[in-house]
Amino acid sequence: MAKIVLKGNGAVALAIKMARVDVVAAYPITPSTFIPEKISEYVANGEMDAEFIPVESEHSAMSACIGASAAGLRAATATSSQGLELMHEMLFIASGMRLPIVMGVANRALSAPINIWCDHQDTISARDTGWIQFYAENNQEAFDLMLIAFRVAEDERVLLPAMVGLDAFILTHTFEPVDVPEQREVDDFLPPYRPKHAYLDPERPITQGSFVYPEYYMEFKYGQWIAMESARDVIDEVFADFASRFGRKYEKVSTFMCDDAEIVLITMGSLSGTVRHVVRELRNEGIKVGVAKITVFRPFPHKEIIRAVKNAKVVGVLEKNVSFGFGGAVYGEVLATVHGEGLDTKVLDFIVGLGGRDVRVEDVKEVVKICSDALQGKAVDKINWINVDKEAVKNA
Amino acid sequence: MPENFEELELFAPGHRGCAGCGASQIVRWILKIAGPNTICVSATGCLEVFSTPYPETAWRVPWVHAAFENAAAVASGVEAAMKKMGKDVNIIAFAGDGGTFDIGFQALSGMVERGHNVLFVNYDNEAYMNTGIQRCSSTPYGAWTTTSPPGKLTIGKEQRKKPIAAIIAAHGAPYVATATIAFLEDLKRKVKKALSIKGPKFLHILQPCTTGWRFDPSLTVTISKLAVETGVFVLWEVEDGDFDNKFRITYKPKKRKPVIEYLKLQGRFRHIINKPEIIEAIQREVDEKCAKYGF
Amino acid sequence: MYEVRFHGRGGQGAVTAASILAIAAFKDGYDVQSFPHFGVERRGAPVMAFTRLDDKKIEIKTQVYSPDCVIVLDTNLLATVDVCKGIKKGGTIILNSVKDPADFADMAKRIGGGRIATVDATSIALRHGLGSKTAPIVNTAILGAYAKVVGNVSLESIVDTVRAEAPAKKEENAKAVEDAYNEVKEEVFG
Repeated sequence: MAKIVLKGNGAVALAIKMARVDVVAAYPITPSTFIPEKISEYVANGEMDAEFIPVESEHSAMSACIGASAAGLRAATATSSQGLELMHEMLFIASGMRLPIVMGVANRALSAPINIWCDHQDTISARDTGWIQFYAENNQEAFDLMLIAFRVAEDERVLLPAMVGLDAFILTHTFEPVDVPEQREVDDFLPPYRPKHAYLDPERPITQGSFVYPEYYMEFKYGQWIAMESARDVIDEVFADFASRFGRKYEKVSTFMCDDAEIVLITMGSLSGTVRHVVRELRNEGIKVGVAKITVFRPFPHKEIIRAVKNAKVVGVLEKNVSFGFGGAVYGEVLATVHGEGLDTKVLDFIVGLGGRDVRVEDVKEVVKICSDALQGKAVDKINWINVDKEAVKNA
Repeated sequence: MPENFEELELFAPGHRGCAGCGASQIVRWILKIAGPNTICVSATGCLEVFSTPYPETAWRVPWVHAAFENAAAVASGVEAAMKKMGKDVNIIAFAGDGGTFDIGFQALSGMVERGHNVLFVNYDNEAYMNTGIQRCSSTPYGAWTTTSPPGKLTIGKEQRKKPIAAIIAAHGAPYVATATIAFLEDLKRKVKKALSIKGPKFLHILQPCTTGWRFDPSLTVTISKLAVETGVFVLWEVEDGDFDNKFRITYKPKKRKPVIEYLKLQGRFRHIINKPEIIEAIQREVDEKCAKYGF
Repeated sequence: MYEVRFHGRGGQGAVTAASILAIAAFKDGYDVQSFPHFGVERRGAPVMAFTRLDDKKIEIKTQVYSPDCVIVLDTNLLATVDVCKGIKKGGTIILNSVKDPADFADMAKRIGGGRIATVDATSIALRHGLGSKTAPIVNTAILGAYAKVVGNVSLESIVDTVRAEAPAKKEENAKAVEDAYNEVKEEVFG
């Protein structure tokens, strides 16, 4: 193992190479462009024995991955934002056909207005596509979660595609030390993909992607449901195996100072480190606050969320997405989970960091302030937009 | 071509295609020539729907379908996979005119430009038949469809048919040809030739649709034939997009029949049959095209 | 935690300099981060890049608001960009300039007192054939000045990293770093 300094995109490209992916089909989009560039370079130099298809759109990128995966090989791609939206239709088809494609997604805002910076609207809008979703906090996680994603996706109990989100620029373009294992260690962790279920082979003709009438459709969907439910245990198994081999421990929800916390902040992605940084400071001031970071958003970690917040009186969800007419998607799911469990914990939503708006130390402190007010029984809004010039919008 | 191709049926009968549908015949004959060492990809469309009602299938070769607009992209991925595994397999994509001329055009153009070793077969029935006869850029001038209805202000479809085969050939594809099932020997020869060439190949096959064109199911072959005998549809092939040196008309009618003979058998043209100025305009256009081809 | 902000123009290599400093600091045992200002980069336009280093694991992912050190690759930027913005009191400003630190004493005053260092990185770059007169490549040389003035990253690690990361003229780039280390002038203003 050697630690090298890599940018997030480089970590994802390297993971795809070390996973010995057979077919990569990808289309450039800011800020994930470096990934297909790097992979085409690996292939051009003979460092990676793969077919690289420089497709003419993201829709075709996912389509070609579907073709390659249906043919029984390991397929991967990378995209971001509008690119993910363009392939949205194919995301459902990849999962419906039970193809374990893995994709790195540079989490970027959606148009309009056009903006190339970080938020989570792109992958959040793909949460119902039947893909497993991981979110990375740093480049090490981006690298590790890509390898983990292949193992989970290809597990016979699962056979679902998986995406790994890494924050636009904050990770994709940031250099950080990454512990890179030896190739043989990766090979031991991730054996070659040898599907037993269905693949295109003239020796054994099968029909894939057929037309299904109402008498069978729900059974297909229920099969997907069961697969996603099975993924819960499989993810834990793979996390444990990964930790035993590489020493880095992952959890669907990792907690920080939650045990005695009156306020628990829920985060996803690169924001988590900043929030922990602030929480450490606030703990010194005697504020009982903790952090629960969601690494696996699909399947949604109900049990783990409950475990993280069971002692808290107020839960603040910080998230970089919004469902207009409701609130943040993570808030909705946490709220349903917490109240579904019968807890009377107050759950508040904080929309932060859309379109690359930096989430600063003072923003996190403001979130904690509002949570503290709620803790003291003061009336606070359920949905809070942080660091937004509301007057400018009113006056426009 | 397999030796037993006469008996070889890789596209099973008993599928749910309309009586008189040409699409199943096109697939049947192409698979007879391609043989069992073949993987097929289909676009969403009539063929996909009538040939794969789960848990049944008409396909005796491996077959995959993903969506309407991406048969060429899925085929690109399958081809890359076969290349990676070092397997020499025929890869044939089938798409209707929607999946070729319109919504599938971008993926097709990309596949051809990248040079994937795939035979892309377009069965062209000149409208979106699977959704119930809507206009396509393949629909000919004057034709009725449910979205190009003749009205007080219109004659039916007002625009010309897109010259898809020439457009694909202009990409420099190694082999592009047009065909119909009425000229079966010509079709068989073209399929054989296409499969003998490495790289992207494109077959544009006119496929009269009994439902959408509104004719008696017994007339499928007659109408296919008339399309060629009138010069409405010309049978040709070209290699490397070289229309100057590698272009060939593969069937030349001895004496061209007037277009009215082709149009009058089809309900989709009923509203223009008694409008001589429109018929004359269609005839003039066919004459000019045929003059260009030298007949 | 120590934070550095680089100012340059698109094409001058500010982003590369930030990453080289990070890699060198990593070799010296620090945890590091380096990133460009998250903007749309165009050739010639003002750009910023950042490096963070710390003895502990760096968790924070915000932008850098109060750097300990600012490095200016092109003093023409001073007319249009507020390079002093947010610098900590007592911080360090390193400029690519033929002038003396005293000529920039007002900048030190603006940050409430600090250290000014100047180095003629342009002449050093040209001396070693790095870039052209109109477009000298100064991003490696300036790091030599950093090693001397700031002193928390070793000259050896910077030279090694420059040699490893430079796409061409590895030795010339390494020499430029050493020259800047030796030639940089510095002065503290109260």
